[in-house]
Amino acid sequence: MSQPLLQVNDLKKHFPIKAGFLGGTTGYVYAVDGVSFDIAKGETLSLVGESGCGKSTVGKALLRLFPLTAGQVVLGGDRIDDMPNGTLRPLRRKMQVVFQDPFSSLNPRMRVRDILAEPIRNFGLAKDAADLEKRLEGLMDKVRLPRDAINRWPHEFSGGQRQRIGIARALAGEPDLIICDEAVSALDVSVKAQIVNLLQDLQTELGLAMLFISHDLAIVEHMTHRVAVMYLGKIVEVAPKRSLFGAPKHPYTEALLSAVPVPMPGAARERIILKGDVPSPINPPKGCRFHTRCPYAFDRCRTEEPQLRPVADALEGGHIAACHLHDRPAGENPLSGAKGAQLLAVGSA
Amino acid sequence: MALLEVENLQTHFRTPDGINRAVDGVNFHVNAGETVAIVGESGCGKSVTAMSILRLIPEPPGKIAGAIRFNGKNLLDASDKEMRAIRGNEISMIFQEPMTSLNPVLTVGRQIGETLRLHQGLSAQAAEDRAVEMLKLVGIPEPQRRVKEYPHQLSGGMRQRVMIAIALACNPKLLIADEPTTALDVTIQAQILELMRDLKHRVGAAIVLITHDLGVVAEVAERVIVMYAGRKVEEAAVGPLFRNPRHPYTQGLLGSMPKLGSSLTGEETRLAEIPGLVPSLKKKIPGCVFASRCPKVTDLCTQYAPALEEKAPGHVAACHYALREEVVAA
Amino acid sequence: MDGGRTAPLPPGVNVAPEMGDIMPPVKAKKGFIGFLRRNPTIAIGGFLVLLMVFVAVFAPYLAHRDPTALAPALRTREPSAQFWFGTDMLGRDVYSRVLHGARVSLTVGFSVAFCASVIGLAIGLVSGFIRLADSIIMRFMDGMMSIPPILLAIALMALTRGSVGNVVLAITIAEIPRVSRLVRGVVLSLREQPYVDAAVASGTRTPMIILRHILPNTLAPLTVQATYICASAMITEAILSFIGAGTPPIIPSWGNIMAEGRALWQVKPYIVFFPAVFLSITVLAVNLLGDGLRDALDPRMAKRL
Repeated sequence: MSQPLLQVNDLKKHFPIKAGFLGGTTGYVYAVDGVSFDIAKGETLSLVGESGCGKSTVGKALLRLFPLTAGQVVLGGDRIDDMPNGTLRPLRRKMQVVFQDPFSSLNPRMRVRDILAEPIRNFGLAKDAADLEKRLEGLMDKVRLPRDAINRWPHEFSGGQRQRIGIARALAGEPDLIICDEAVSALDVSVKAQIVNLLQDLQTELGLAMLFISHDLAIVEHMTHRVAVMYLGKIVEVAPKRSLFGAPKHPYTEALLSAVPVPMPGAARERIILKGDVPSPINPPKGCRFHTRCPYAFDRCRTEEPQLRPVADALEGGHIAACHLHDRPAGENPLSGAKGAQLLAVGSA
Repeated sequence: MALLEVENLQTHFRTPDGINRAVDGVNFHVNAGETVAIVGESGCGKSVTAMSILRLIPEPPGKIAGAIRFNGKNLLDASDKEMRAIRGNEISMIFQEPMTSLNPVLTVGRQIGETLRLHQGLSAQAAEDRAVEMLKLVGIPEPQRRVKEYPHQLSGGMRQRVMIAIALACNPKLLIADEPTTALDVTIQAQILELMRDLKHRVGAAIVLITHDLGVVAEVAERVIVMYAGRKVEEAAVGPLFRNPRHPYTQGLLGSMPKLGSSLTGEETRLAEIPGLVPSLKKKIPGCVFASRCPKVTDLCTQYAPALEEKAPGHVAACHYALREEVVAA
Repeated sequence: MDGGRTAPLPPGVNVAPEMGDIMPPVKAKKGFIGFLRRNPTIAIGGFLVLLMVFVAVFAPYLAHRDPTALAPALRTREPSAQFWFGTDMLGRDVYSRVLHGARVSLTVGFSVAFCASVIGLAIGLVSGFIRLADSIIMRFMDGMMSIPPILLAIALMALTRGSVGNVVLAITIAEIPRVSRLVRGVVLSLREQPYVDAAVASGTRTPMIILRHILPNTLAPLTVQATYICASAMITEAILSFIGAGTPPIIPSWGNIMAEGRALWQVKPYIVFFPAVFLSITVLAVNLLGDGLRDALDPRMAKRL
């Protein structure tokens, strides 16, 4: 296999908590605490998890919107995690972002034309004024907005149309990778489908890789090639989509799948309702971070942190999970076998 | 007689650039102990409908017309004093954002107790005892300790449980839940939905569930009303609605949702799109409200608004073509 | 009623009953008139401010007499057809003096608002973007804010010669901490906006981020703040003049006129009354304008029903 487009190794981001008169650091929020993954060219990797698990922080850290605490990030062969800003600036072209909120992600005081021209100018992509114009028209066509809408202001558009402008801005730099940070979460169902389809078409057309950060498992399953599940700043499971949805190998993934409401009234499905809430990332639990809510936790989970390792009875290769249960014989492992269909009520009702 | 009967409800707002007809002629009823979901996308009028039932619409700029009969009494004729006696007592409401709907400077116990003291005249001690009982009912561990805590000391899921406890404190006959789980994480949402299912059996209040999430509807509702652009376009029991949606909008909504488990069944198809945008409610729409986005639209639709017709027993839809096609297909 | 209906209604088709409107139609006014109708505070405030500007600009033509001309024979005349606002103890026409006083007040108000906004904006932008500068500048501003602005202005005036320019300078310095705090707060919240993150990710350099994404979005709250500063500067100017620490007595300003009329307040209240009314109306007008602008520029209003 050739070198992946993006390699992330042991990424950490700890936010200091400032308090007191002199603003001394009294502790850290362990938002992202050792995350590793890679994304191949043209591939979609989804990062799923609940709010506060650190998935959005991963996206922002990769974009170097703030300095990293530790870890390596290699983008297209260049190590960008400790690169000075000046050297990094031209490389930013390769990795662009689409944010969640279609209202705050566009500068209200800039016309669509200026919003889209900004990255083209920054990266010096247009040869001359005519080329810039051609590129702008091309961008509007790509996101299926009328060309003459380019001279309008963001507030003249609906949420879905604004999201299209956000996507066009991300495409303006001709990136290799787009980070979609909950890019469709704030949209209405019918508009969401339009944007999902658009993103899929663009990916096929332009061969883009995507890091799809989302909490919506149904959309993730529809969009992605592989899934990484995060919990409290750590990745607990990574797998190709069919393997993850068909046979989840981490108790948290299993609970997530069973918790998603499905639009099938009366569907017979196995329900796992987790107790309690996600612990605070300021003071994460010792051992396995999930042990406080895990229905299968045993002594070892409370003391020893499990590592991500390949799972023996996965549906497909490349399925890794961090759970001590897989060290047990199959008969004593509640995660053995393929339970995905029961959890998702596939084929019932 | 139904517990709640809404008849020709119109809620309009005066805005500088025209009248916003947020709800325009909606009819439905809720029987005692029944869970009815109102679904639709943002701006369809589902929340305005809920607020109108409790007369929480500021007048002006808003105005409510029609009839809202609760136990036979038209709430639109009730005095402000009578409405205050009904709100939080016979009809109570749960909001989407538990943090902003709770008072940050009062303990949880005080907030639950307040409604009880106001409506049922309980003493301070009796109200607190009942508050502990309510917290226990909604599954909050250590209720004796939690009752003395402030909202910021609770997690999002706990706050929503407290909201439910406040809403249920006076044994309401009708509970209006406006997007009760939208702000919550999926595992917490599962807890709250489980709680709502459980409480439905134990408390016996009728529930009007306002949501945009069809998955949540399928999990808890018995009957579903689909709203679009201020009108009711379809209504049916939950099973028939999901299995056999009649209105093109409902069909479009269900088709545009990705199915969980699609990678296992191999039915990974492109999502159906509903093209275009919701029409502006500030202009009169002469025909069917969905005509501008409907794949089956004809001249008939753009000129004559379809009436709600019973397409199957208990299944009504407002579409000129919903029934005919079935007939042709048969 | 069915004017637009061309398709025949096939038999058996149920048409929904038409819903009438339950409130009278809204006559949506477009353009400038519509804007003023929707924002009556801007219309009233703006009109009064413009009126005062007109008075100040054309004071020499509107005035009946030279505001500084002494006429001992005509001392302390009551308001009459000849002396609309009466005359003061030196026989000067109060009406003419009040009109000329508008010049001082408005000059001070507008100049302070402009200077304090520009300097405060620069300081606020720097401290919103540079961490190290922020901690130093903001501690200094905290120190300045611990002194009441009026005291600070009096102290600064004590160091210099009384002139309108020095009054502007003194009040500007006293107002800067508040503006820079406001701008800094706005900058810090704007920096968290996703569109700023997106601009960083698309390779925009920091100076351009400030110029293109931060600065234009601080202007709305700053404009509102500037109107409040304008109003407060006019009051401060009047106070300084009243206690003799502001505009030199030769120049008629509302504070000076009131100070001179103070001794006769019991017997000739009109000398104090008319400049006071003008000051109040002007300050009220500027504040109304500010409130109206705040409502009109509030982004939440864009999403109204």
